Amino acid sequence: MPRSPLAGFSRCIPMYEIVFKQVLNPVTKMLVVRAPDIAKVCKPGQFVMIRVNETGERIPLTIGDFDRKKGEITIVFQEVGKTTKLLGSLEKGDYILDFIGPLGRPSETEKKYGTVVAIGGGCGSAIVYPVARAFKEAGNYLITINGARTMDLLLYRKQMEKISDEFYETTDDGSCGVHGFVTTVLSELIQSNRQIDLVFAVGPAPMMKFVSKTTEAKKIPTIVSLNSIMVDGTGMCGACRVTVGGQMKFACVDGPEFDGHQVDFNELLGRLNAYKTYEAESDKRWASQAGGASK
Amino acid sequence: MSDEGESAPKKERKPPTKKVPIPEQPPNVRIRNFDEVALGYSAEQALAEAEKCMQCRNPKCISGCPVEVPIKDFINLIREHKFMEAAAKIKETNSLPAICGRVCPQESQCEVSCIYGIRNEPIAIGRLERFVADYARVKGETLPKLPPKIGKKVAIIGSGPAGLTCAGDLINLGYDVTIFEAFHKPGGVLIYGIPEFRLPKEIVTAEVDFLKRLGVEIKYNSVIGKIRTIHELMNEDGYKAVFIGSGAGAPNFMPIKGMSLTTVFSANEFLTRVNLMKGYKFPEYDTPVKIGKKVAVIGGGNVAMDAARTSLRLGASEVNIIYRRSREELPARAEEVHHAEEEGVQFNFLVNPTEVLGDEAGNVIGMQCIRMDLGEPDESGRRRPVPIKNSEFVMDLDTVIVAIGNSPNPIIPHTTPGLDVSRWGTIVINEETGMTSIPGVFAGGDIVTGAATVISAMGQGKNAARGIHAYLSG
Repeated sequence: MPRSPLAGFSRCIPMYEIVFKQVLNPVTKMLVVRAPDIAKVCKPGQFVMIRVNETGERIPLTIGDFDRKKGEITIVFQEVGKTTKLLGSLEKGDYILDFIGPLGRPSETEKKYGTVVAIGGGCGSAIVYPVARAFKEAGNYLITINGARTMDLLLYRKQMEKISDEFYETTDDGSCGVHGFVTTVLSELIQSNRQIDLVFAVGPAPMMKFVSKTTEAKKIPTIVSLNSIMVDGTGMCGACRVTVGGQMKFACVDGPEFDGHQVDFNELLGRLNAYKTYEAESDKRWASQAGGASK
Repeated sequence: MSDEGESAPKKERKPPTKKVPIPEQPPNVRIRNFDEVALGYSAEQALAEAEKCMQCRNPKCISGCPVEVPIKDFINLIREHKFMEAAAKIKETNSLPAICGRVCPQESQCEVSCIYGIRNEPIAIGRLERFVADYARVKGETLPKLPPKIGKKVAIIGSGPAGLTCAGDLINLGYDVTIFEAFHKPGGVLIYGIPEFRLPKEIVTAEVDFLKRLGVEIKYNSVIGKIRTIHELMNEDGYKAVFIGSGAGAPNFMPIKGMSLTTVFSANEFLTRVNLMKGYKFPEYDTPVKIGKKVAVIGGGNVAMDAARTSLRLGASEVNIIYRRSREELPARAEEVHHAEEEGVQFNFLVNPTEVLGDEAGNVIGMQCIRMDLGEPDESGRRRPVPIKNSEFVMDLDTVIVAIGNSPNPIIPHTTPGLDVSRWGTIVINEETGMTSIPGVFAGGDIVTGAATVISAMGQGKNAARGIHAYLSG
């Protein structure tokens, strides 16, 4: 068939510049991205979809922080596969091709609940931090539990401690803080009959699952922020569907935050693992092609 | 070039003619690639087909076209070998002829009322439209002369068929037009939904590029309702009118067990991964698409056909269409059904799924279905399918694609106070003007009608452009 002479048509898109980069630990990076229109209106708990380059996939990343005046959005991510490694290979002055948001419903942080326990696991701490800060600013008594596999992977330690009325750290290997999981501290708080009005947890899906289990018996309201696989992030594809309270919800438009006691975590975990073999193939290809050095 | 048939009516009647056939890739070749199935007319073929047109004094074809293409005139220009002029003639009313020539259901629109078609196969209007549009695109189209700028800005939400048509008509009237597109590429369903083998993305890109050369501005990555609301567009950003063409965004799933298994996909997800994200080129492109060996596609519309045929091309060895009514009720175009059958898609009529079965890891291992019978006609006029008792059976499958339609995307209705929506979530408009309950805010396409065709969305975009012009001129 005839080929169009206009095939290589240009996109008039403002690219999204990386204005600051910080390596938080060997596997976690923070990027501050110029996206003034999003920074103007976004709220804690919302997310952006990003596509790094023309052959890239679209992935959701929860907004870590934002600066309305400077027009900047902070994203924090753990390098777990090709796309996050590619993103992590970008430097200050580089551009991200597509940056879409703010998507999803914001956290409800303006309310005064009483005592709030904010729990961050691994990279989730970066997302919990601004939400926890908002809880504190709304006049809540703030307990934070910051957890990771090992000390090197604990994030936002100083910042978290600064805004918290009580601050706990846990590591799976005992290299820092309490030896155990975030649920170890949470269970103790619950067993000591502390009044807890809300638990807010962000982290790997298994962590959120066990946090929700821990608070279930005493019916402590528990909010989790789901990290489902998404393609468009605007309610169009249904890839992020999750059963909540027996009903099908889309994490992108109905969430990403849900009542942890209502979420079918086993289903979520299955869906998160759906592309494991493809992810491994991409990751291998990335390692062999670029050694992580290309752009 | 006189038409002998008309001047000598008494002569013995010739046998009915057929359309000049359109060259196609043979089925066994095309199921191994994503290249276009139909290859298009040559100039000789187009001339031979156009020659048959009777140039009726009172043509019926035009009234069958939702975007009012001057069919008689453009076909006459083809007969005069004026292919560029023919293309320009179509573009007077239709901004997307290369697309319409490929995906319109001409058999139920222009061609169904073709007078020549009473005795013969109708004139192949769609194939001729496609021919001149492709011809002009390759030769390089010159821009039409536009009227002086009116100096009023109009915002269009969504760059699908409705939005592009509305934008094209408004820019031709002298408005400043900005399209806000949620994705990183323009075209809406033309890009993410309809596969490359039915509508090459290069064609969509070229049609959109023509609109951009006319002055239409497109802002990508802009989810209206999130980054900006309609009220802000009108009250702060200076847009005098807004057209909502955001499409029927939210995929429907069946209310049966197993819909959240990991190898059950909405047709939207499956097709978006393949078309927009180029999943068929994984791992060169990063977006994977998971396809098994034994696939069932639930539904009988064009989207179901697209999903089934895409599955074959991705390497599935057995692809089944599961449709609860019979062949006669299939909503898909006859041509799509025909192509699917040629390619080896198996049709299971009068069958309805009752449960998708999965293993521990959440993978589909089968689907339980029940056989159906057609009962009394329902409110749509089609005979209602009713389950036959004790007729359940299990199909052995590893992938299920759900193509049973979409519901309106809730983002705009939720963030636009004062916007009237129906109980199905579609936006309510004044049929005549296209205006919603908010003055100056218009809507059209699937967000108004629920899932429908490209051309009906285009018709609504055209109607709304007229409504917007009247509103802003008043």
